[in-house]
Amino acid sequence: MNWLKTITNRWQFGVTLITLLFAVPVITVISFVFEEQNDVWQHLVDTVLIDYVSNSLLLMLGVTFGTLSIGITTAWLTSICEFPGRKIFQWALLLPLAVPAYIIAYTYTGMLDFSGPLQTFIREFFGWGLRDYWFPEVRSIGGAMMMLSLVLYPYVYLLTRAAFLEQSSVTLEASRSLGLGPWRSFFSIALPMARPAIITGLSLALMETLADFGTVEYFGITTFTTGIFRTWFGLGDASAASQLASTLLVFVFVLIIIERFSRRQARYHQHIGRQAHARRIQLSFKQGWIAFIACAIPLLLGFGLPFLQLLAWTIETAEEMINSDFYALVINSLSLAFVTSLLALILALFMGYGQRLNNTPFIRFMVRIASMGYAIPGTVIAIGVVIPFAWVDNTIDNWARNQFDFSTGLILSGSLFALIFSYLVRFLAVSVGSVESSLGKIKPSMDDAARSMGYKPLQVLKKVHIPIMRTTLLTAILLVFVDVLKELPATLLLRPFNFNTLAVRAYELAADERLADASSAAIMIVLTGIIPVILLSLAITKNQFEPSAKNEPSANKNEKKIND
Amino acid sequence: MTKPLLQLNDISLSYGAHAVIQEIDLELQEGEIGCLLGSSGCGKTTLLRSIAGFEIPDQGQIKIRNNIMNNNLIKIPPEQRNIGMVFQDFALFPHLNVNKNVAFGLSHLSKKAAAQRVNELLEMIGLAELGHKYPHQLSGGQQQRIALARALAPKPDLLLLDEPFSSLDVELREQLATEVGKIIKHEGITAILVTHDQHEAFAMADKVGLLHNGKMIQWDTPYNLYHQPSTHYAANFIGQGVMIPGKILDHQTIKTELGIIHGKTPDSLQENSSVDVLIRPDDIIHDDNSQHQLEIIDKVFRGAEFLYTLKVNEYTNVLCITPSHHNHPLNSLLGITLDVTHVVVFKQ
Repeated sequence: MNWLKTITNRWQFGVTLITLLFAVPVITVISFVFEEQNDVWQHLVDTVLIDYVSNSLLLMLGVTFGTLSIGITTAWLTSICEFPGRKIFQWALLLPLAVPAYIIAYTYTGMLDFSGPLQTFIREFFGWGLRDYWFPEVRSIGGAMMMLSLVLYPYVYLLTRAAFLEQSSVTLEASRSLGLGPWRSFFSIALPMARPAIITGLSLALMETLADFGTVEYFGITTFTTGIFRTWFGLGDASAASQLASTLLVFVFVLIIIERFSRRQARYHQHIGRQAHARRIQLSFKQGWIAFIACAIPLLLGFGLPFLQLLAWTIETAEEMINSDFYALVINSLSLAFVTSLLALILALFMGYGQRLNNTPFIRFMVRIASMGYAIPGTVIAIGVVIPFAWVDNTIDNWARNQFDFSTGLILSGSLFALIFSYLVRFLAVSVGSVESSLGKIKPSMDDAARSMGYKPLQVLKKVHIPIMRTTLLTAILLVFVDVLKELPATLLLRPFNFNTLAVRAYELAADERLADASSAAIMIVLTGIIPVILLSLAITKNQFEPSAKNEPSANKNEKKIND
Repeated sequence: MTKPLLQLNDISLSYGAHAVIQEIDLELQEGEIGCLLGSSGCGKTTLLRSIAGFEIPDQGQIKIRNNIMNNNLIKIPPEQRNIGMVFQDFALFPHLNVNKNVAFGLSHLSKKAAAQRVNELLEMIGLAELGHKYPHQLSGGQQQRIALARALAPKPDLLLLDEPFSSLDVELREQLATEVGKIIKHEGITAILVTHDQHEAFAMADKVGLLHNGKMIQWDTPYNLYHQPSTHYAANFIGQGVMIPGKILDHQTIKTELGIIHGKTPDSLQENSSVDVLIRPDDIIHDDNSQHQLEIIDKVFRGAEFLYTLKVNEYTNVLCITPSHHNHPLNSLLGITLDVTHVVVFKQ
């Protein structure tokens, strides 16, 4: 038979199989929409659903305002203006990406606590007593908006900055020559041209907001993610939890559609060619200071202060906390993250190369579906993994009992397998994105050349593609590695009994109000998270004109998934 | 005694409704260099890629050394066809140095034998000292020759070159084309070249195939293609020239505006039928003493020669090339005589 078709069909078969497997969680969750609604669901609808929806919407509104104002201002200042410290700010402003929202939330709670450093200082300074003054409560929905905005603004910053830098200087010069001043040129030309990029960045930040569990849980705000968690664990009703999850998915899909659409728009709005950028606007001394402060505040609040506080706590509690248990925790987390990132890379290579060998609309669609997970909250994925896995476990168990009078227990759902699988569902997009974009940079004639010299497709992958992509593949491993390390809700829901990770440990200690004790685990996560941020910073400062917005949607999840 | 190394029979390939190549036949003898010539989109690259095995024809048979590579049942993958290929963008592996690039196809040899073969090839292309350089450190012309060496290294049955000179500077092209032609002949390898540049084709090829809209218009020697084009399209595509109307008087004579032309006319054309006669610039000899004087309506200085456009009548011009010391002003008269050795006529 036709050898080519057989081979490519084999790839097509494999890619389809992986995609179907990875679509199981989402399909499971969605399938509960058609399930008959039980009392618990009706109860939820009557009592808390309105809260979930309104809190989630309110949170998104606050984060929209926060990330846009910080992200656009800093992007404009660092890409168009010249002021002291600009070169440092242009990469340092990404640092908050390294801090997961729940960690910054714990840290600020500790810092702004009644007994925390700030309030103690105020009391001592003014000589005030317990009830002499009013102090804002950080554990509120307003506080959650602040926390999330402080760590999520880099998405808007990164994409907007790239869009500003890509804008042809000629367009702005034309506007100036037609009599518009720099400010009006910004508002009537630069900002509208960057709009698709801004919306893309915002939709990524909002996906993270919807996915957030740690912050809202800790602040006691009832949103979808905490609701799913409670319905599942508190009420023990997986079906109602799934129905909540599928309601949440509606919001997520809207965001995915907005993101995809604006990325496509961005391609038309931006120039592909590399044009000399206009001279930066030299700010006056006073303006320069204002710009400096405007950039310093988000950096300080989003990274500097929380990091110093974590460091101080870690040193303070080191004697007590850094012990063999802690090392075991670190090793657990690191090995889990390493195994997952390696698996993700292998799967991504298979999908990416399968797509290269057989670039049909069908395969492209399959790969898109398989990389949909980046937008799906960890809680939703956890539910979608547990339900089918438990079903398989029970089926096997029943069969074994009947046949051999022997209980197999929970082979899948109670093991690391379920956890790793859910990580893969969530983060496969990151490695697929990296592999796809770097495979795309290798000319097809390379494949042909190697084939004409007697190499089979898999040998070509090994001898040509993998060596060429070496650095990108390492980055892909690193990105997934950090993501897994940070991921809280899925780990919390799916970890095997007695298995702990850094993120879960930080969550547990914080839940017990042992904020200082949680810092050693938290700082490990932040420190690891800094590595990919540095790589990203290097990439954007080295090549000012390699912006993210013009890449294919998938090529972009590296940046997207750096934070969690 | 030569034998056919490459045989194509009735090769067709379409993408959806678009027929890219249609019913192509050709045969290349061992040691010959063939060339697929045509404007962009004529299907020449697709044909080359079908021979290589990167494209699968919908129908037809491809044989290399009498082994079937492609027919309705058998489709041999490219890595088993024992071909070598030189790509338009050279496709040198950026992560390997020159030595390793050239040795890439030599995995079946021992290290020592491979190194020896690499040296031999680098010597031959005159780049022996560049073995440890990486592709990005080389000039375009050097990369081109390394790509050739890499393709030749495993001693393929057939060498395929896809527009190998098109990414090089114009000045470099002709020089390299001749050089590459010599190297291929020296290695005794049969080769097929794809190009849109007829000078390249003429400089290297023993046989040239002219493709148009996916069809093979003519498969012939360069000399015949130029002097005996089989169709209007071939006559226009290859070289310069104009068609002037004429009438067949008998099988040896044609009457045209330029006068009577003597030469054999095709038997299929009857007396008194109206024809187009191909007049190449080299059919018209400049002769100041000729009675035949035509007005110069355009002239182009080309260094060693002038290309004059001469007005025959309101509708017809002809071209004439003279050595460049024959500098005549525009609108003056130029004396010519006809010397049509190869009579090419097409029915009107």
